[in-house]
Amino acid sequence: MPELASALTPLRSSENSRKVNMTEAAETDQVPVFRTRGLAVYYGDFRAVRDVNLDVRGQEITAFIGPSGCGKSTVLRCFDRMNDLIPSARVEGSVEYHGINLYDKAVDAVEVRRRVGMVFQKPNPFPKSIYDNLAFGPRLNGIKKKNELDEIVESSLKRAALWDEVKDRLKASAMGLSGGQQQRLCIARCIAVEPDVILMDEPCSALDPIATARIEDLMQEIKRDFTIIIVTHNMQQAARVSDRTAFFTTEVNNESDRRTGVLVEFDLTQKMFSRPSDERTEAYVTGRFG
Amino acid sequence: MSIATPDRFGAQSAASLTERLTGARRDVRGRIVEWILLSALGLSLLILVALVVNLVDRAWPVLDGRLGDFLSSGLDASNAAEAGVWQAIRGTLTLAIIVAIVAFPLGIACAIYLEEYAGQSRIARLIRINVRNLAGVPSIVYGILGLTIFVKFAGGLTGGRTVIAGGLTLATLVLPVVIITASEALRAVPQSIREGALGVGATKWEAVRSHVLPSAAPGILTGTVLALSRAAGEAAPLLLVGGITGLLRTGNQSIWQQITEGGFTSMPVAIFSYARQTGADFQAVTGAASLILLVLVIIINGLAIWLRNRFESRW
Amino acid sequence: MSSDTNRWEIGSLRLAPARRRADTRMRLIFSAAAVATLAISILIIYTLVKDAWGFFIDVPKGDLWNIGWFPRRGIFDIKTLILGTLMVTGIAMLIAVPLGLGVAIYLSEFAAPRVRRVLKPIIEVLAGIPSVVLGYFAISFINPNIITALVGGSNKAFNVAAAGVAVGILTIPIIASVSEDALRAVPMALREASYGLGARRVSTTFRVVFPAAISGIVAALILGISRAIGETMVVAIAAGAVGGGLFSTDPFQPGQTMTAAMAALGFGSDQVAGSGLAFQSLFFIGFLLFVITLVLNMIGDRLVRKVREEY
Repeated sequence: MPELASALTPLRSSENSRKVNMTEAAETDQVPVFRTRGLAVYYGDFRAVRDVNLDVRGQEITAFIGPSGCGKSTVLRCFDRMNDLIPSARVEGSVEYHGINLYDKAVDAVEVRRRVGMVFQKPNPFPKSIYDNLAFGPRLNGIKKKNELDEIVESSLKRAALWDEVKDRLKASAMGLSGGQQQRLCIARCIAVEPDVILMDEPCSALDPIATARIEDLMQEIKRDFTIIIVTHNMQQAARVSDRTAFFTTEVNNESDRRTGVLVEFDLTQKMFSRPSDERTEAYVTGRFG
Repeated sequence: MSIATPDRFGAQSAASLTERLTGARRDVRGRIVEWILLSALGLSLLILVALVVNLVDRAWPVLDGRLGDFLSSGLDASNAAEAGVWQAIRGTLTLAIIVAIVAFPLGIACAIYLEEYAGQSRIARLIRINVRNLAGVPSIVYGILGLTIFVKFAGGLTGGRTVIAGGLTLATLVLPVVIITASEALRAVPQSIREGALGVGATKWEAVRSHVLPSAAPGILTGTVLALSRAAGEAAPLLLVGGITGLLRTGNQSIWQQITEGGFTSMPVAIFSYARQTGADFQAVTGAASLILLVLVIIINGLAIWLRNRFESRW
Repeated sequence: MSSDTNRWEIGSLRLAPARRRADTRMRLIFSAAAVATLAISILIIYTLVKDAWGFFIDVPKGDLWNIGWFPRRGIFDIKTLILGTLMVTGIAMLIAVPLGLGVAIYLSEFAAPRVRRVLKPIIEVLAGIPSVVLGYFAISFINPNIITALVGGSNKAFNVAAAGVAVGILTIPIIASVSEDALRAVPMALREASYGLGARRVSTTFRVVFPAAISGIVAALILGISRAIGETMVVAIAAGAVGGGLFSTDPFQPGQTMTAAMAALGFGSDQVAGSGLAFQSLFFIGFLLFVITLVLNMIGDRLVRKVREEY
């Protein structure tokens, strides 16, 4: 898939150098994949989340945890500009993607979403064949040749650990897959357009424990190639899969009596769950809250 | 507390309590009400039966005597023995095609705008209210619109009182029906389908074309079929834009000339013409034409209802 | 590292121009189609108002209140048409309200789901009957078999009553479907609460469900009335009075409604020339009809939405 590769991403070539940087100089001033400063999101007059300052590093899994309504999904949806789809939504502050202002007028949200894929809470395969689910994205990007598409479909399904289960029924409807398979199909669908980042919005909340475990294993597999940000309600999941964790909570606004999400703490997952520096984080991770 | 304890509602003894608990069987008032409601339903169905039986009965002389001749004869409101419906059938088909060409793309495009692009903007709300109101405008008023705009103002393009003007008028008339049903079909497509497409980097149009429209297609199809059946049964606006009610001559003109220059008629207009004539022979002609139209419309509607039931609630 | 980050430029987050253009083009096409629907309304109002106003200015006001509706003789008695419309609508409602509501209540509250699945499409077929066919049904069945039996032969072959009954049949499905939607929108919890207090089905239906759905029922009646007022062909076929009609309060005599008068002005032998008062009167009645039905529809629409918002 030479065209796609060249059209898609300059990242591939520098993967190795990047990884070295990650391990040896993780805390240096490298340009992060995402950097937010003073990020606030409004729905109409309602401020959903405020003052989010985050640096999301490449080739890591970052988890967003916190009680419901704390704005973690809202922040996630800033990274692929899904919030654009809600007419009343408004973003303040800055979101930088590899140093580029994501909300710059010259940036096209559609191209952002190709580079920053998203896996949703409920598996949402298209009501079409497994093959067509995978081929949709590459086709949009101008890949029409059948053998190239076949190759992308196969490699994406393999990377999503789904190939062996579906290789004999690629033309069957994706709706016939189990929930866990559907979710892995959605991950494969993301991978097929060779994104840089994969956002996961509570990807396992609709799945049983076995399917959840498979998705978690898969995340570990693919984190070599992709930056992953996962929103989860499940603290154990965050502790299991992520390298870094951001804890959000809600604050009641005294004037309007409405809740606004705030970022409490963002650190290495290990530290967050063993010796958090904020007492609210401690209360949450020890289960005394939310 | 014993079960026989008297209560304020009159259950004085175990015996009377049993009676009350099994009293449903003797709920006379309930029974009567249910029968009244059921008879309302029965009467409505009876009307339908009476309508069909009456039509067959009246139409029998034509159906039995000269059905082939009737189907192949032209419009003639002066001589029942010569009267037929082939021009009317052809007119109705031509009108239906024009409606399909004009109203379907326009209506579906408008529905896509309202459901996929507009959101809750003020202009979108205005258009929604406008469409709902247009749906309630009496059909004869569309006739006035057609007469002023399609026959007179744009007469140079439509050729005046032609089947084109008639088709455009009917297309305008059914446009709200197409928009409303197509909007409902689009609204029924789950948001997750759109998110899935946009999430892998599709533009809005690509998401709509590849996923939203195919998912909504059965519902949209149902709406368009219903709109066609509405157009096929409509006469009032055609009377104003020149549907021929007397005698329609279409001599040796080419089909194109007939469309752009000649007069036109349609099944409902022909039925109207025949219904106004007196005498038993015209009664038979009217009955036969009505029966044909009714069967046509019921088939189209049945198709729409079948489509809807077949594909509804897929999610 | 620097070589890496430098390659991330803003240009890499631009979409292929062809795809962006296609998206913009389709968006423009769709919004143009939507705006076209506004143009239809504006054109309807413009055409109606222009000639209706011309008629109102030119007509000798005395001719608007006279012995009857004879446009070709310059007699434009509006009350003849309005009374005709009211009579047809009134008779139609006498038929459609009990039948339509009965059907709706039965289907929503009493019928087993299986029965409902079979019967509802049949009622929908009733809604699809072309009005010319019902017009013919009025003169070939309703008048000779029902109206004549009712009044013992003092009725004319074409009369308002037969037309009214046929318009009523046409209105049954609208009243039935709008009010059934309203009844079914009432939450099950309300019915359960009533049953929980020991109420029977009839009391639950008429004391709990029906009052809860009342604004939807009223909407059904208003939309039904609007439909009946706007019905043209049934009256044009069955009520007689093709060219004009004397003012009459007898429903068993020929009569003229606003819609039928418009149809008569438009077609065939009565087709009037493209100018003159008679032709303009078409627009005048059309305008009245438009305003009346618009107001009714907006009220009905508002009530339907109210039901939806309540539950």
